[in-house]
Amino acid sequence: MTGHDLYLLSPELSMAGLATILVVLDLFLGRKDLLAWVAVLGLLLPLGFAISLWVGLDRDGTGQMAGLFDTLSVDKFSLFFKFLFIGTTAAVVLTSTDYVKRLGRLQGEYYALILFSATGMMLLASTTELITIYIALELTALPVAALAAFMRDSRSSESGMKFLILSAISSAVLLYGMVWVYGYTGTTNLEEIARRIGDVGLRGDQPFGGYALLLGVVLMIAGFGFKIASVPFQMWAPDVYEGAPTPVTAFLSVASKAAGFAILLRIFYVAFPWEAMSLEWSAIFAILAVASMTLGNLVAIPQRNIKRMLAYSTIAHAGYLLVGLAAATSRASEGNLLGGPTGILFYLGGYAVTNMAAFGAVIAISNKTGSDRIEDFAGMARRAPLLAAVLTLALVSLTGVPPTVGFMVKLNIFGAAVDSGLTWLAIAGALNSVISAYYYVRVVKVMYLSPPAAEERVPSPLPMTVAVTVAMAGVAFFGVYPAPLLDFARTAAATLRIALIF
Amino acid sequence: MGLESFLAVGAIIFCIGLYGALTKRNAITVLMCIELMFTAVNITAVTLSRYVVPAGLAENPASVSDDVLQTLLTGQVFTIFIITVAAAEVALGLAIVMAVFKNRESVFVTDATEMKH
Repeated sequence: MTGHDLYLLSPELSMAGLATILVVLDLFLGRKDLLAWVAVLGLLLPLGFAISLWVGLDRDGTGQMAGLFDTLSVDKFSLFFKFLFIGTTAAVVLTSTDYVKRLGRLQGEYYALILFSATGMMLLASTTELITIYIALELTALPVAALAAFMRDSRSSESGMKFLILSAISSAVLLYGMVWVYGYTGTTNLEEIARRIGDVGLRGDQPFGGYALLLGVVLMIAGFGFKIASVPFQMWAPDVYEGAPTPVTAFLSVASKAAGFAILLRIFYVAFPWEAMSLEWSAIFAILAVASMTLGNLVAIPQRNIKRMLAYSTIAHAGYLLVGLAAATSRASEGNLLGGPTGILFYLGGYAVTNMAAFGAVIAISNKTGSDRIEDFAGMARRAPLLAAVLTLALVSLTGVPPTVGFMVKLNIFGAAVDSGLTWLAIAGALNSVISAYYYVRVVKVMYLSPPAAEERVPSPLPMTVAVTVAMAGVAFFGVYPAPLLDFARTAAATLRIALIF
Repeated sequence: MGLESFLAVGAIIFCIGLYGALTKRNAITVLMCIELMFTAVNITAVTLSRYVVPAGLAENPASVSDDVLQTLLTGQVFTIFIITVAAAEVALGLAIVMAVFKNRESVFVTDATEMKH
């Protein structure tokens, strides 16, 4: 370990340090409401390190800095996700303040757990080695399980138990898959795995070029399927989302999902880039995509609880995102090789601002009404004009109607599917977006047309207002002018091109 | 006793663990079944690192370079990490089961149905 390795790890280290400081500070600080501001301002430190790494990469020109015995790769792909996680974490902390106030004690631990989980996610985006991937994944999941059970009441602890048990089962399945890949190739380094698979040669008569690889890859897809809540591994999501504290639900649905896709892209593009394999795994992802979006959207329709509805909507969005993984183009055709990954990164950026806006509004409103039921959102247009407008814009963006960012990201990812010859998948996605309009618009209708249950206005504290306004501005701005975000995603995805050279 | 026997033991234990984790009612039993799954993974990792990896080693045992040694031990290092993380997972799991029990006087996962509707 050298100083350079520490520098490569600096965003993660400063994030973990910040979390530790918050726990200690919680012991001394009388005014607990300052903790949130300390957390948010402290996030500037990892952000600064990440920016400095990005600038360093630009100056360097190599596009990649490897460190810690080749287990860690700092490149624009991982930095894109680090920015995304830092931004989401800041938004989650800001929207949590009111919720956390009700806890009384343990406020420092609450923020610290969020930051520890974010540390795991940032690490996950840069790891290039199976053991480190597993450790980072657990560092991501375990704090979230504790957070889900944080309220310690009946629903919250049930939600934590379900998340922990299913996450542990999926980890075991994932590990079994990783071990088979390790056994077949004799290494846990992703690039080395690709090289050795190439050396051994893919066997044309066996799926994935060998039964051991078939078992390994399928089990790994199953394990990650749990993490991103894609059908048929989605059953934990609705219960966990409903029972967990709402800011934690937001964190799960935005950051956790982005982390899952970061590592899926990294593993499948770096370790299994061979054309014979990529055509087979892209077929698996295509089926998962269409199943996820259809089931998510259809089951969301009868939901009465808004958190449960957003959980099913999240499953549907996992389906749209998987379209990007299915769009792994055949090398022979002169298509845009990185259309799929670019689409996923762009989608995750747009989805993050949209979902944070939606959850921010839901948190503020249900803090006041004490209920997550959709009918209790009646008349919110009069009781909380700003929050109702934010929620409306976010739901419109989730549906994918212009001029919101939701439209742009969907257009991009379905375009990537068409480019790689998956027109049927793009059509399925478009049809699904139409179905989803039904349940999203229903919430808007309740807010604007139903009479309010009470006339009392819904307060929105300053941190919350800041968070939802920024998120709403993002939704609207990138909806009209998506070029900066798209260019950012394209630059980040270009890192994966190195892997495709084989 | 060859490679196949060890892999078969691993696969059988994994399947028993998975079956138990998905069908048992008691949350504690479910956690124990998850431990079985991790154990199966450990057995497989150690077996593969012992039998499959040293292909270069079998050809010329004298030429054990540091490189080969590193790959040789990867599976066993993996196992140590899995044991450690699994312990953390169970500690947290038991704490959460305690919280559920305090609320509900039951550790049966089939009773955890508050949010079905």
